[in-house]
Amino acid sequence: MMFQLLQIELFKIFKRPRTYIAFGAIAAIVLLIQVALKFDGQSYMDLLLNNLKESFVINENLKSKILNGYLICFVILNTLLIQMPLLVALVAGDSIAGEANMGTLRLSLTKPVNRTQYILVKFMASVVYTVMLLVWMAILALFGSMLLFGTNDLIVLRSENIEQMRGFDVMWRYFAAFGYAAVALSAVAALSFLLSVLSENSIGPIIATMSIIIVFTILSEMNIPIYDDTVKPWLFTTHMVAWKGFFYVKTDADGVTIDGSIQNLPAIMRSLAILFGYIVLFTGTATWIFRKKDILS
Amino acid sequence: MKKLFITIVALFIFQLGKAQTAEETIRKVKAKLEKVNDYQAEGKMKTNVIFIKAPVAKVKVYYKKPNKLRINNEQGISFIPKGSVNINLNNVFVNTEGFDIIDLGKEPGTNFRIIKLLPKDETSDVVLSTLYIDEVQGLIRKARTTTRDNGTYELEMSYGKFAEYGLADKVSLVFNTKEYKLPKGVTFDYDDGTKKPAEDKMKNRKGKVEIVYTSYTINKGVPDSVFN
Repeated sequence: MMFQLLQIELFKIFKRPRTYIAFGAIAAIVLLIQVALKFDGQSYMDLLLNNLKESFVINENLKSKILNGYLICFVILNTLLIQMPLLVALVAGDSIAGEANMGTLRLSLTKPVNRTQYILVKFMASVVYTVMLLVWMAILALFGSMLLFGTNDLIVLRSENIEQMRGFDVMWRYFAAFGYAAVALSAVAALSFLLSVLSENSIGPIIATMSIIIVFTILSEMNIPIYDDTVKPWLFTTHMVAWKGFFYVKTDADGVTIDGSIQNLPAIMRSLAILFGYIVLFTGTATWIFRKKDILS
Repeated sequence: MKKLFITIVALFIFQLGKAQTAEETIRKVKAKLEKVNDYQAEGKMKTNVIFIKAPVAKVKVYYKKPNKLRINNEQGISFIPKGSVNINLNNVFVNTEGFDIIDLGKEPGTNFRIIKLLPKDETSDVVLSTLYIDEVQGLIRKARTTTRDNGTYELEMSYGKFAEYGLADKVSLVFNTKEYKLPKGVTFDYDDGTKKPAEDKMKNRKGKVEIVYTSYTINKGVPDSVFN
């Protein structure tokens, strides 16, 4: 029954033209970044490697080696995962509120399905859509960039240090990062879904989700002593960037990286658990509200 | 008076003898290094810089007289320090106008002769080299080179199979680094709670690169295109 309902919900999602806006937007942004870096990547590398110029030989050969498909994908993920919540909210925020707006919600609930099943299926459909967006992005950003720029070691330039991974040690990290991003974006979908239950039109939840994400992201980036240890660790936006943890490597006593290692896996797992907690909290609250709600439209 | 005169003459002769010994030592070392016109070596390079986390790299080192040197990581990426040209010891002697040699005697413990070379050429990039020479084998064991533009480099060598050419089996190059920092707004780092190195450690601006050579191909010709 649940599977049949899910199929119906997915059919509804993918029947709507607006669903494809997200796929088109991702394709356009990824392609633009790839084209820009293909033609002006050297200037981008100059900007990032400027600090190293005085101590190390930074020549064209090194810059073109660093600017490989793996780095391009990292840059795209860094840029797009900030904008992806909007694309997720477009569908998740519309799932209940859109039906209410069109006046089909009451009709849908006349079917012999309980409200919990109905709302969980709606949420699952949003998660499937989110995962499909990520798969689309992985195909374009990772495999597309590998095809266009080739592969080499991955250099991740952090604010205070540089992480280097050998080429053969990169792919599994991307799979793990995309998996993590799916959970992070599902948390956004859950938030948008909760707001959708509270609203009668879809614009409200979409804008509200984006506003919350923007404000919380700013809060997550701020460094205020007491707040750093109390509030910040519990903001879900703080943990949305934890996919990057898969690209931070351990070193031995001599400072040499250990292949296949992750600097702080327990921290990533903790971030993952917090995101799952938010998903349960948002979806649970949405279900509780929806079960008690007077459906008038 | 006569005694004083004899003492002064004896001291003068002694000093003169010592200076000649330093020159001879340098000549002996130089002669060994000059046997090599070019080489191509393979080795493993370990980078130890506080802000770089890098794996051990397989590198190829190309050298051609008088001072062309290139380190290539043909399989991956390596950050090569600017002063890496100094790992070729011949570079110390590349000077058209010769040197002033100052003999500082022997290093206690190791018995290496410490010799300072001051290039006479005022435009030379190297302004001072301090060499620690194993006189018995005619090999430079340690060197400290101060350059005009790129600070000071310290080298430490250990020798094996290719000692007859003055080529080391293992070279450590210690160099100065500048502080590395990128704005957090650009990198959007994830704070995984890992403790950062202490502030004073971050300010330790010394980096170290260690190359362990596995093979040398000497005097078989190296094309100039390698150095472009």
